[in-house]
Amino acid sequence: MRHQDIILDLSPKLSDQTAKTTCYMCACRCGINVHLKDGRVAYIEGNRDHPVNKGVLCAKGAAGIMQVTAPSRLRAPLRRVGPRGSGQFEEISWDEALATATAWMAPLRATAPEKLAFFTGRDQSQSLTGWWAQQFGTPNYAAHGGFCSVNMAAAGIYTMGGAFWEFGQPDWERTKLLLLFGVAEDHDSNPIKMGLGKLKERGARVIGINPIRTGYSAVADDWIAITPGTDGLLILSLIHCLLTAGKIDLDYLARYTNAPVLLNEDPSSPDHGLFLRDANGKLLVMDRTTGKPMAFDAAGVKPDLAHGLRRAGITHRPVFQLLAERYLDPSYAPEAVAERCGLSAKRIHALAAELARVAFDEAIEIDQPWTDFRGERHEKMTGRPVAMHAMRGISAHSNGFQIARALHLLQILLGTVETPGGFRFKPPYPKPPEAHPKPHATATPGQPLKGPHLGYPMGPEHLALHPDGSPQRIDKAFSWENPLSAHGLMHMVIANAHAGDPYKIDTLFLYMANMAWNSSMSTGRVIEMLTDKDPETGEYVIPRIIYSDAYSSEMVAYADLILPDTTYLERHDCISLLDRPISEADAAADAIRWPVIEADRDVRGFQSVLIDLGARLGLPGFVTDDGAPAFTDYADYITRHERRPGIGPLMGFRGAGDQTGRGAPNPDQLQRYIDNGGFFTHHIPQAAQYYKPWNTAYQDWAVDLGLYDSPQPYLFNLYLEPLRRFQRAAEGHGDRQPPDHLRDRIRTTMDPLPIWYPPLGDDAQTAQDFPLHALTQRPMAMYHSWGSQNAWLRQIHGHNPLYVPTNIWVAHGFADGDWARLTSPHGSITVPVAHMAALNPNTVWTWNAIGKRKGAWALDPAAPEATKGFLLNHLIHELLPPKGDGHRWSNSDPITGQAAWFDLRVRIEKVSPPPEVQPNFPTLAPPHGGTR
Amino acid sequence: MTSLPETTQRKLGLVIDLDTCVGCHACVIACKGWNTENYGAPLSDQDPYGAAPSGTFLNRVHSYEITPPHGQAQLVHFPKSCLHCEDAPCVTVCPTGASYKRSEDGIVLVNESDCIGCGLCAWACPYGAREMDPTAKVMKKCTLCVDRIYNENLPEEDRTPACVRTCPAGARHFGDLGDPDSDVSQLVAARGGFDLMPDLGTKPVNKYLPPRPKDQWEETDILAPFLEPVAESPQGFLGWLDRALERL
Repeated sequence: MRHQDIILDLSPKLSDQTAKTTCYMCACRCGINVHLKDGRVAYIEGNRDHPVNKGVLCAKGAAGIMQVTAPSRLRAPLRRVGPRGSGQFEEISWDEALATATAWMAPLRATAPEKLAFFTGRDQSQSLTGWWAQQFGTPNYAAHGGFCSVNMAAAGIYTMGGAFWEFGQPDWERTKLLLLFGVAEDHDSNPIKMGLGKLKERGARVIGINPIRTGYSAVADDWIAITPGTDGLLILSLIHCLLTAGKIDLDYLARYTNAPVLLNEDPSSPDHGLFLRDANGKLLVMDRTTGKPMAFDAAGVKPDLAHGLRRAGITHRPVFQLLAERYLDPSYAPEAVAERCGLSAKRIHALAAELARVAFDEAIEIDQPWTDFRGERHEKMTGRPVAMHAMRGISAHSNGFQIARALHLLQILLGTVETPGGFRFKPPYPKPPEAHPKPHATATPGQPLKGPHLGYPMGPEHLALHPDGSPQRIDKAFSWENPLSAHGLMHMVIANAHAGDPYKIDTLFLYMANMAWNSSMSTGRVIEMLTDKDPETGEYVIPRIIYSDAYSSEMVAYADLILPDTTYLERHDCISLLDRPISEADAAADAIRWPVIEADRDVRGFQSVLIDLGARLGLPGFVTDDGAPAFTDYADYITRHERRPGIGPLMGFRGAGDQTGRGAPNPDQLQRYIDNGGFFTHHIPQAAQYYKPWNTAYQDWAVDLGLYDSPQPYLFNLYLEPLRRFQRAAEGHGDRQPPDHLRDRIRTTMDPLPIWYPPLGDDAQTAQDFPLHALTQRPMAMYHSWGSQNAWLRQIHGHNPLYVPTNIWVAHGFADGDWARLTSPHGSITVPVAHMAALNPNTVWTWNAIGKRKGAWALDPAAPEATKGFLLNHLIHELLPPKGDGHRWSNSDPITGQAAWFDLRVRIEKVSPPPEVQPNFPTLAPPHGGTR
Repeated sequence: MTSLPETTQRKLGLVIDLDTCVGCHACVIACKGWNTENYGAPLSDQDPYGAAPSGTFLNRVHSYEITPPHGQAQLVHFPKSCLHCEDAPCVTVCPTGASYKRSEDGIVLVNESDCIGCGLCAWACPYGAREMDPTAKVMKKCTLCVDRIYNENLPEEDRTPACVRTCPAGARHFGDLGDPDSDVSQLVAARGGFDLMPDLGTKPVNKYLPPRPKDQWEETDILAPFLEPVAESPQGFLGWLDRALERL
């Protein structure tokens, strides 16, 4: 046949139905068009109208089609019938499963609610799960933030009332210089790629500051191969250079930050290091016009940075003067820090100079008048087009909170936060720390907690402690060990429950958290803790474990009762302004998931199950006055639940369908969302788009929408007074006193101005014995464990070599196909190696969470994920090595409790190839008892 | 043996920006998804949950490390699919006429009903851009989404290849490279777009845009004036501060 005669069908039909919902192949929450043929998912593409991804979609998103047919999907509720870890289960009915869970939990609620520990992993429904735990009355609830990126979140909120990713974004449309610090390649996924594309198109400069040159750093114009854990030192040195040269935005600092706020400087005063306030509790600044102290927000005040106040014999100086004194010190000069950062002093100078040049010589102005909170009208919006972004790379260190604080200080000194070309908040942010809840942790039998579990302590009075000073929470969050642990410490729960420190629990209830594998430090030991029995009673030390997951993850084998969840295309969800919404810098946005296909198994969405359990337990809010279930399922809850009158999980189509933000529940709300593409957007007016914390137009818009009930302008915290309150306690002031063994650490680490200290445990001997840093990154095409069960994605990343830099590769005589033993102070692994030149010379790394346990995720036990894939987790202990003082020192940031994954130090040696990676574990049996 | 058209009315193809590609594999999976459901036999997977999973892909991303003699090593992500060559050796080698180049737009396709699965075309292609599907036993290759770009069931804006529509970084562009005024031709001209292995004489239609020079820190200190100290002492700094505030 001649090809001209070939008749092609150039217009095949995509589908017979297109359903628009929200992706859940990672935490990014893009809009997707799910094309269905005869009810079968035929193709998934990005939704062009969606605020997050605007039509594009990553590899994970498009591979969702294979997720809903994965053989690892759980089929029915399971009850364990063999020993824990054996994988021996029997299928039971939902009635039996829910009755069992209720029978376990109801007595705990009646007698000791803290004996239930409920922790959720990659949970996007925390406003429900948290509320459920609060109504149950246990103090032991958190999601996975403590082992993810709480340092970024907490440092951002404490410093400037918002953080990166979900809470804010670079001004992609206007920035001219972007600094990316240690970014995990999936936080957030598509928006960063789209943003980088825009910068590339405009010729804006991108600088990657990362020990590893992959992904975003690979396309960056410049790469700074920093040594892990030293970003804070680099940033403070940049601050030194900028201060020395006067390249800071004094007008911005005086108006919008606490740089002018007066600080008590008298070491003998009980208020030393605290702010001077007026009779109404308002912060005082010197007014440059009158030379008198005035409230920071007084109309017409011109805050001074140069002059202090002596009152009642006590010297007060503006914060800015302390700050300048500290960072002008030659110990922060590039020459003094360069070697520790693994950089040249010249490169640090050049980076500082480039920041100064772009911020001040390429400043931009928008002709957009606006009015600030002091009532002053501004004719223009001035921007300093330098943007920065960071995630786990700087966060997952034991000095990460202060590093993240330093980064925000740098942004603020340049005047780049909430100004054009810089960093912009996304609603419901900005929101200062004072506007967040305080932690609640006092359990009362049969009663709810008096407020939410997680919050932002402003001083020792907000810690979650018993009268004897012991921690109220099982993870010791909000204790003296990590006072600002705003996301809890999920990585400590199993270890603490096993040790009975601070107390024993009865039931561990987990959702979507692979704690028997890649989400735990020291995986092998955690498995032992989960299976350990009390020799006296013969019972498990952690007596009961309930787990909900959609797939047969490694954790499933260690639970006693499995509540099988649906996949993301079979369920309702809401991505809510009460929780972690999908807003953009110029709009509030929220979204839903809805069942676009019907589950073909006996599984239920976890949130519906939780609502059912809440009703069976008679939790307030989950039952009506006559004890009947208040909600039929999660969809009903999303529609009818009101957190405050008129404020519910979704902002759109309230009341009769025409109200936004505030309004009565609308029974048609979910259908309206579906008809609208699965999301709702509410735009911020032009005059309110920048300077949001101080812009009256934004504040009024936010009140109108119901984000808060009155305008809440505030100042950025260059100096973080709550840290000083903890230091004061450590110095012996106040009623609430830390234990003596923690006093020094609190005094040194909780400095109210950003500092850098070496990662805890990084002493000289350790550095000598374990000279290399070891890191993980997440690949863009895979999200944690979920990707490796995906038939398409596992063909991209089926195993993960350890990447070794040239100098180490040569010194050890490595060749392709070689293996190495990697040893940390805690343990050893034996793994395949690969050479990589674009790598910091003191760093080895691998892709995260590709390694699988044999038999898990319905993969063949001989799958490369299990024979050649590996975890670094085996090398990381949740505790620091014992110091001989009898205390258990957590391997976490001492301020927030953030898991210090990236403090890992190792040494490497070449070994003859073993048949498979070491350590390896016995093959898990298939969860349904049948053949795989 | 099969003949090529002497000319084609258009030269549809891709322009791939190696300066912007972050190596995320979005294009790989969008292509797999679309072409499993459309154009000919599905792209099969062998042993998808087993010890040696493998499958047919029409587009793959490779990563190459480049170590220049001076300066830091670099990583380049390199997506590769059929380049729809003007002088396509995969067509001329085909014994049945199954492999052909369309005269209207230059797209190189395989007519699967005539394909005997001999694999000669894959041997002839110097780019390794064709894959034999082990289940269907026919040769699979990039169709430039010929069933999307003219598809009247798609909105106008979606009539682009699946890989282009999905690319998050905007590193992939589609258009008529035979028209010097087209957006893609303009982009190639502006950015120095190049042919892959031009010495082979295959005259690929697809073009690559090179990575921009990296790590170009100024060797001379032209930025030094931006860091000129404002004072020599802490007292001097406070004096500068007072004067600077006065100027605000």
